[in-house]
Amino acid sequence: MSNLKFSKDHEWLRVEGDSATIGISDYAQEQLGDVVYVELPEIGQKFSAGAQAAVVESVKAASEIYAPVGGEVTEVNNALDDDPALVNSDAIGQGWFFKLKLDNAAELEALMDESSYQEFIAGLE
Amino acid sequence: MSGTNGPQSEPVNTTALHDKHVALGAKMVPFTGYSMPLNYPAGILAEHLHTRESASLFDVSHMGQISIWGEGAAHALERLVPGDIIGLAPSALRYTQFTNDQGGIRDDLMVTNADGRLMLVVNAACKDADLELLVAGFKGSVDVALHDDKALIALQGPQAVAALARHAPKAENLEFMHAAAMKIAGADAVVTRSGYTGEDGFEISVYAEAANDVWDILLAEPEVSPAGLGARDSLRLEAGLCLYGHDIDEATSPVEAGLLWSIGKRRREEGGFPGEQRILDEIANGPKRRRVGILPEGRAPARENTEILSAAGESVGIVTSGGFGPSTGGPVTMGYVDIAHAKTGTSLGLLVRGKTIPASVVKLPFAAHRYHKN
Repeated sequence: MSNLKFSKDHEWLRVEGDSATIGISDYAQEQLGDVVYVELPEIGQKFSAGAQAAVVESVKAASEIYAPVGGEVTEVNNALDDDPALVNSDAIGQGWFFKLKLDNAAELEALMDESSYQEFIAGLE
Repeated sequence: MSGTNGPQSEPVNTTALHDKHVALGAKMVPFTGYSMPLNYPAGILAEHLHTRESASLFDVSHMGQISIWGEGAAHALERLVPGDIIGLAPSALRYTQFTNDQGGIRDDLMVTNADGRLMLVVNAACKDADLELLVAGFKGSVDVALHDDKALIALQGPQAVAALARHAPKAENLEFMHAAAMKIAGADAVVTRSGYTGEDGFEISVYAEAANDVWDILLAEPEVSPAGLGARDSLRLEAGLCLYGHDIDEATSPVEAGLLWSIGKRRREEGGFPGEQRILDEIANGPKRRRVGILPEGRAPARENTEILSAAGESVGIVTSGGFGPSTGGPVTMGYVDIAHAKTGTSLGLLVRGKTIPASVVKLPFAAHRYHKN
């Protein structure tokens, strides 16, 4: 049973206790192309579900990243400052963006599991 | 995640090379009414770098190819552009602009003096309007034709000459900004040594039915990989070249845009082109604003329409092209600033998502031009 969840905006979350690590899906990084810059939130910033939390820039364009659930930022992936291409090479691993301390674990129920997300993106093709 | 670029209207046209792009796995996007390759599986970054290191093949058949001919064709064209067309030597080509009565730019174009005809390459989005302008402007003995039956293929990069010369030996000695008729893959082609990347390279005009053969034999050369519109855009931005509809438009004059070099001495003295009042005044007295290169500090790109601030925080201009330069390894930006802030070295700020990024005016291009030296 995977603890990986996905949003319709193509973010993923890995939940551990009351904390979630957040990044963008492999589908999203493929759509974006080469990532050249990621603007991360600051530790201590608070977001409600759906609020803009980060920006990811490819050669071509900038895209907003939303907090899939509400919470407070506890950690950001500073490795992306030097190597934003980690988002392309390992979207669901080393390419993570930030960690949130969850406000309300019940918000996770609105998200998709991996197989539902795969079906969702298949429907977008 | 959501993109900030809105969708474009559905494409209605495809180029002669459409099936090649699809077979190569290109990401096809609508662009000025055409379905065009944004990038191939290698991606924009790799395609850009390959162009600077080796050679890339671009389908630019969406561009308009127009020819004009007949007695007085050069004189007639000079009534629409500030460039010196009468003085264009046989087989030479030159960059110029269609200007409007207010001195703005209706389109920018290349003009080749080919065998008694003037061959124009114009922007895809403007080609119908350009054709109307030419037809309305020319009366009597000058004829105009739009060549929708022709494809245009660009081969760009330091290894372009080696790859092309294996099939068309005349390419080896073709001078920069000159044209020659050549046979490639058995087809008649008009080849110019020119391009839009800042590198040495060629643009190859062939009839659409020959385009696939020409594409295939050039792509089969070991130096050559395909590249899409994404790399074309980042290459031209690093090269400091204007993109119509962004860095130049109906409101910007050639002088503001830093294109004064394209207006010959005789034209500056004689005038006789649309918008001459403003353009000649700006030549004499200087423009109020100027297109400049802007280098942001840090890694965040400043995109088109980003507000440009003075060191004191006042609004002094707007970004017209901005992104990431794969060869420079950082953000690169062009925009218009009030003339008081246009000097190289001037400190500026770029207002990106509510934060001011420090930046400074730099000399264009960001990546040195490496055109063929005659």
